[in-house]
Formats: sequence, structure tokens, C-alpha cells
Amino acid sequence: MLNDFFPNVRMEDMITATNETLYMTLISVAGTFILGILLGLLLYLSGPGGLWQNKVVNTITASVVNIFRAIPFIILILLLFPFTDFLVGTIRGPNAALPALIIGGAPFYARLVEIALKEVEKGVVEAAKAMGAKSSTIIFKVLLPESMPALISGITVTAIALIGYTAVAGAIGSGGLGDFAYFYGFQRSNFDVVFICTVLIIIIVFIFQFIGDYASRKLDKR
Amino acid sequence: MITIKDLSKVFQTKDREVKAVDGLSLTINKGEIYGVIGYSGAGKSTFIRLLNRLEDPTEGSIHVGDQDLTGLSKNKLRIARQDIGMIFQHFNLLWSRTVYDNIAFPLEIAGVPKEERSRRVNELIDLVGLSGRGNSYPSQLSGGQKQRVGIARALANNPKVLLCDEATSALDPETTDSILDLLVDINEKLGLTIVLITHEMHVIRKICHQVAVMEQGRIVEKGDVLDVFLHPEQPVTKKFVDQVMGDQEKEHSLKLIKDKYQSGKIVRLHFVGESTNQALISEVSRKFVLDVNILHGKITQTQKGAYGTMFVQFEGDNEEVARAIEYIRSTSVEVEVNPDA
Ligand SMILES: Nc1ncnc2c1ncn2[C@@H]1O[C@H](COP(=O)(O)OP(=O)(O)OP(=O)(O)O)[C@@H](O)[C@H]1O
Ligand SMILES: [Mg+2]
Repeated sequence: MLNDFFPNVRMEDMITATNETLYMTLISVAGTFILGILLGLLLYLSGPGGLWQNKVVNTITASVVNIFRAIPFIILILLLFPFTDFLVGTIRGPNAALPALIIGGAPFYARLVEIALKEVEKGVVEAAKAMGAKSSTIIFKVLLPESMPALISGITVTAIALIGYTAVAGAIGSGGLGDFAYFYGFQRSNFDVVFICTVLIIIIVFIFQFIGDYASRKLDKR
Repeated sequence: MITIKDLSKVFQTKDREVKAVDGLSLTINKGEIYGVIGYSGAGKSTFIRLLNRLEDPTEGSIHVGDQDLTGLSKNKLRIARQDIGMIFQHFNLLWSRTVYDNIAFPLEIAGVPKEERSRRVNELIDLVGLSGRGNSYPSQLSGGQKQRVGIARALANNPKVLLCDEATSALDPETTDSILDLLVDINEKLGLTIVLITHEMHVIRKICHQVAVMEQGRIVEKGDVLDVFLHPEQPVTKKFVDQVMGDQEKEHSLKLIKDKYQSGKIVRLHFVGESTNQALISEVSRKFVLDVNILHGKITQTQKGAYGTMFVQFEGDNEEVARAIEYIRSTSVEVEVNPDA
């Protein structure tokens, strides 16, 4: 029956493309989470009233974050070609999309991390200081756990943006649903393929949103 | 226990300097509950935060025990802070941790091994009266219970000093009393020195041994709580004393007394802190042949005994009344015959 409505859709191709999209998304979300938290912490800690208040570091970090956030993703991929080639050894396939995805996602997430950290009550940090906590203790046992629900909902938003980026990366042959929809669907006028790819991407987005919302709610003990 | 010398803290804001604490000197003895009272903006919070160097002093020195806090390096300061507990107006608990884990936090910081930590936390949960609530999250507790967690957490590393910044200001009167009782309890049980900041005189009255009155970063009056209650000198102090001793009906009452009780002698008794004298009235009426009429009064209790004023009328043989008054004079109760006010 599937073949009647969607004559050009082949199951194996769809599964491969979906797997590639999931692969790119999961790895880039993990990378963005780590790099974004590092950048976000740096922004927060070096900011006014922060634990390591430092104007120079803060200005530099903020500028880097803003610049990378300002570059349109499709251009970022092109700009990163030499870097990607050096790192991954190719500029094609899912792995080649990863550097651009992470470098595009992390600055965005870093801002969300900074906002989440700012929401942590000053008094709680102060209480930890009064107990004689080290900076590392304050970061890992106060700041991150106390802001975890916001960090999780932030990474959910970022993950969904990243799923969109994986589709854009398809335009330069990264593989995945975007790539498949563009080259096999759009360019060959197989619109049934475009349609199925879209549905699959929407399903993936919904799954990420659901997991993110659930985790964030579970962690929120306020 | 705590010696503070010429302590000053200047905040530099964009357009001006704020001298929050100004040349403050104070000695706090071991085992004492020392209250610092003042109106908003007097510099109380700044002062108490200087005591564990959450603020760095601009000038002056602070010794806790025989350690000079002001000279300590960052690392030594962290160790020293483990000996100084602190509780806060808004509790400042970690909402992501259970009661148990909140109390365990300072022990984790101090590197106490897991088993001992668990023993100690359970001990503290019992001490502050939260048995059975170990697995609750702060959001599931009332304000009073949250402050109990705060107290347990502050006591975890067996500190020598406990700093309380408006610890009861967010609580209703009843809960305030129960928290104050808990503080007295741990002061007596553990011999802990407590420094307490408040803007409520009844907190001072109820649990403090010593009090200092702060205004514009300076201490304008200090001493034994009872002395300060009895002989407040500064206008601020008088206002604070009025908070608890204020007796609005006194004037009105006295006028009525003068009109109504023309016979006998009207006497004002001033009770100043010896609980032994509380049976004075019954003693006088037993020892002397006269009638005692209680007309008006207000007596209140402090950590050092009762304090307050009472107006009575003595009726009987003039000589007998004179002897009774003579007798009262021989006690620590102050007497005034035919008072105007
Ligand atoms: N970080 C700061 N920067 C600038 N000024 C400050 C700072 N902290 C306190 N001050 C100023 O110092 C003065 C004393 O403040 P402090 O908080 O110690 O008062 P307080 O007696 O605790 O008042 P309250 O009863 O309202 O808590 C105030 O004028 C306040 O504006
Ligand atoms: Mg204050």
C-alpha cells in the first residue's frame, strides 16, 4: 500500500537517512552540551559579580559567542571546510557535518546556560562559600545541579535547532533526511520522498521535545 | 571568642562611597548569645558577613578564637569557615537536594567519609526536630522547617560560632519562637557562641545575653540585655525597648488610678531581673498587715530574668506601709512612692 501512495519511497533508504540524522543529532547534541556548558560557565563566572570576575575574559568569550551566533549556519559550514577536512579527513558524510553543528550550536546553548546559571539564587552560592566550599565544589555541586532543569530545557531547544541544522547540512552532502529530501526528492521531483522525510523529521523533533520536557520536569524539585 | 577591632567596610558604588560599617569594635565571649539590633540599612548584614569574610573588610581586624581571620589566605579561610556556621533569612537551601543531602553538604565539603557523614546527618536531623523528613525536598517544607534544616546544616561541622542574619524575619511569630527556642537549646547543649542580627527587639529580649545597637555602621550602645532594657540611653535604643516594653495604656491607667485610689499609698515597683523577687507581692502581704491592690503592670522575661514595672496600692496602717516599703527597698526591686508617671 505504501508503494501506491509513495511510489518512490524505498524503506532501506529511509532507514539509512533517518539513522544518519539521528547519529548527527545525538553526537552534536552531546558535543554542544559539553562545549556550551563550558562556554556558559566561562561567561557566567567571569561576568560581573561572578566567582572569577574578569572583564577581559568575559569580553573575549562574549565576542566569540556573539560572532559565531551571528554567522548563518550554511555559511558556517562553508567557512569550516578546511577545519573539517583537517579534523575529519573529508567534507562529505555525517561526520563532516559534526564540527559545524557543534560550533554552530554551542554558542547558542552557551547563552541559554548563562541565563540558567543567573537564575541560581545568589544566596545559595553564598551559603556554600560560608561553608568553605572550593570554586570547583560550587560549580559542580551548586551551580550545575541547581540549574539542571533549565540546562535540560535549554539543550532541548538547542537539539531541535540542531535537527534543523542537520537538514541544512544535507545541502552540502552530509547525508541524513535533509540530504535525501533535497537530492533524491526535490531535485528528481520525487515529492513523495520530500513528504516522508518531513514527517520523519517532525517525529524526531517531537521525540526530542518529549524526552526533554519529561527530564526537565522530573529534575525540577522547586 | 570573637574580637573585632576598628572594623570598617566601605562600598564603592558608581557615584558615591557607602560606609556600611564604620570603626566598629566589639568583644564577644565564648558561649554567649550576642544580639545586634538596628534599623534597615544600619549595616548589620554587612557586619555579620564580615565575620566570616563573605565581605572583605576595608580596615580593622577580626579574631575568632586565636585566629586572625583578616590575615588568612584563601585556602586557610576556607578551612576557618568550616568552624563558623551561618544561617540566613531566606534559608538558602539547595532545592535540588533533599533535607538529608542539604545537611550532608558541608560534611562533603569538609571531606567527612560517607559513613560518618550519614551518622552525623541523622543525629542533626533529630537534634533540630525533623526526624522522618530526611527525604523531603525543601519545597515540601514550611518556613520554620526550612530554617531547621538551615540550622542543622550550619551545625554539621561542629562550629564554634554560629552567625544568624535575620534568621527569623521571614517567619510568623509562633514559628519564630520555636526557632529561637531551638537556638537557646543548642547554645546551652553545645556551648556554641551565637551572633544574631535582627531588627526585632523581642528576639533580643527572648534569647540574647548581650546586645549591641547599631546605627549608621556604628555601635551606639551595648551591654547586658537587662541593663540596656532598664537604662536605654540612645534614642534608637529607647525606641527598640519600646517595641517590647511599650505600654500605651500606662498614662491613661495612671490617671484613673489617681482619681480612684485616694487612700493608701500608690507605689511603683521596678523589677530588674531576679526571678527570686517574683513572689514579692505575696511575700509583702504575708509579712505585713496590709492589703495589696495590683493596679497596672507589665512584666516580661529575658534570658537574665524578669523585667518590668508594676503599680500597686498599699492600704493599711501608715507605719506598717512604711515598713513594707523599707523591706522592698532591701531587695533588688526598685520602689518609687507616689509616682507621677
Ligand atoms: N554590595 C554593596 N554595594 C554597595 N552598597 C552596599 C552593598 N551592601 C550593602 N550596601 C550598603 O550598605 C549599607 C548597609 O547595608 P546592610 O545590608 O548591611 O544593612 P542592614 O542593616 O542589614 O539592613 P536590613 O535590615 O535592611 O537588612 C546600606 O546603605 C547598603 O545600601
Ligand atoms: Mg540585612
